[in-house]
Amino acid sequence: MSAAAELEIKDLTVSFDGFKAVDNFTFSVEHEELRVVIGPNGAGKTTLLDLICGKTRPTGGSIRFKGRELSKMQENSIVRQGVGRKFQTPSIYPKLTVFENLEISFPRGRGIWGSLFFKQTDDVRERINEVARDTYLSDHLHTSAEHLSHGQKQWLEIGMVLIADPKLMLLDEPVAGMSVRERQQTADLLKRICKGRSVVVIEHDMNFVKEIAHKVTVMHQGKMLVEGSMDEVQANEKVREVYLGH
Amino acid sequence: MHTLYNRALGGKSGTVGLALLCIVLFLVFPLSLDNFRLNMMSKYLSYAFVAVGLVLCWGNGGILSLGQGLFWGFGGYCMAAFLKLEAAHNIAAESGSDQIRALTTVGLPDFMDWNQITSLPYIWYPFKSFPLTIILVFLVPTLLAYIIGTAMFKRRVGGVYFALITQALCWIMEISFVTRQGWTGGINGITDLRTCLGWDIRTKSAQITLYFLTSIFLIACILVGRFILSIKLGRILVAMRDGEDRVRFSGYSVSKLKTFIFCVAAAMSAMGGALFVLNVGFMSPKLVTIEPSIYMVIFCAVGGRNSLIGAVYGAILVSYGKTYFSEMFPNLWYFLMGGVFILVTRFFPDGLAGAVDRFGPMLGKKIFSMIGRAQQNFPAVVPVTIEANEGH
Repeated sequence: MSAAAELEIKDLTVSFDGFKAVDNFTFSVEHEELRVVIGPNGAGKTTLLDLICGKTRPTGGSIRFKGRELSKMQENSIVRQGVGRKFQTPSIYPKLTVFENLEISFPRGRGIWGSLFFKQTDDVRERINEVARDTYLSDHLHTSAEHLSHGQKQWLEIGMVLIADPKLMLLDEPVAGMSVRERQQTADLLKRICKGRSVVVIEHDMNFVKEIAHKVTVMHQGKMLVEGSMDEVQANEKVREVYLGH
Repeated sequence: MHTLYNRALGGKSGTVGLALLCIVLFLVFPLSLDNFRLNMMSKYLSYAFVAVGLVLCWGNGGILSLGQGLFWGFGGYCMAAFLKLEAAHNIAAESGSDQIRALTTVGLPDFMDWNQITSLPYIWYPFKSFPLTIILVFLVPTLLAYIIGTAMFKRRVGGVYFALITQALCWIMEISFVTRQGWTGGINGITDLRTCLGWDIRTKSAQITLYFLTSIFLIACILVGRFILSIKLGRILVAMRDGEDRVRFSGYSVSKLKTFIFCVAAAMSAMGGALFVLNVGFMSPKLVTIEPSIYMVIFCAVGGRNSLIGAVYGAILVSYGKTYFSEMFPNLWYFLMGGVFILVTRFFPDGLAGAVDRFGPMLGKKIFSMIGRAQQNFPAVVPVTIEANEGH
């Protein structure tokens, strides 16, 4: 791992009325790395993703992606820098079809003129089909998203992030509520999509983490507890105490 | 041509709905209503413009504005200002320089004279020109909507808070129009409007013409709305309504898109306001305050907040009901109106249009089976086979 880090977070702190949800957090993610962040509830994992994608503003510290400082940018500018975010509970557009969900997420025509004069050209349709195939939704393209199963909704949102071809993907609990088979399919999906980009995943399912993670970061009370391979982390006494022991 | 058919007309079912509305507006009403009722209908239809705008920004975009009367009112006042100046000009022409005969300062709207204003305020100057007035009818409300939208949506003010702020703005408008009597005609508004470019708008034939004009512009607004809903912007609106954050994190500027649709709704409302003044011949601050603005939302809810055509029927039905019942039960009327609103939102969240969508097919089947045409496909096959046999 000699390449320069894609995502570099330094001394990141955010405090909500004195409570430090993320406290002097420093970490970095390499190009094409799939990093998993684990930790007990309230450790600040989701807040960390919120800070990176601009949903929450940091109190201090810096977030640099490909050398650019993100912490002062508007959410939509951060997206245009190539940062894509999937939320914890699948957030999709229930009244639109899978196709339309993906079409809106296609990174073109995002201004007002764009939305007025957007043309659904062949390359758009091709890309939508490709992403639908990747996310196992090819048979459901014209299904209204509200009628998808929970697991399919998760995939759809991953697809919606994926279609913008982000260079950094932030996935918050992508397999929550999925069956064992769906988890395996999601693991395959994540392994495929981390080519050409970096991925940060928050997850609780240890078998799933073991399957996909290149490196694991353990958070506890807003701080980094330990970082390393899955085996190292699982062998760590402190981690067993605060998290895995439960 | 095909895309135009699908986009503006909304495919087969959309075309049928629109055709029905056209039949109702252009044939049924003019043939069945007397002149007085038809003029009332023009009034109702001028409210329908607001309802159509609300379908776009509330039903589809999720932005509930309880202050659309603001934009409707500015559109109306701009038009009224032009007509009033023309009326004053005509009075001046009739009476020459004889102030006694004119009963007012020559060339000045009468209410200005009553308020000791001796020369035309600068703010009234643009309304001397008809083209400029038409531009201002749209420009003033749209600009206002742009300012409100930018200020609110940039700060992520939404939902109930936005609704309350729009309501407050409406009230501010009423108060300022009432208190600036010399400029606006105060509580009486701008009255006694007679001609538009020399054409007497009070005659029977003018009122019929204006009814058709209002209907045509309303249909045009529906077509514009249909177009917006059929393109990508339409789907983004629905997406914003159901998942604002997701849209934001797909790289869109949610505030700009919301402001845009809010401006479109404002421009449509303004058009309705201007046509109202032409149809009715006056404008008053009582028409633009909170109460009518809430009625406008009720029109939209009753008709179906997702249906452009439903909104028109909602506006007609509720306004007609208002006129009819408030004549018969002046005190009970408000409770009745409130009750209808609660019942509709509780049991038919998609309004009349939703009810038609839900029960229409069932009803259609029943009617077909009653007249013995339930299996319509069966007889259609016969002539085809005969033709094929003849060919051999």
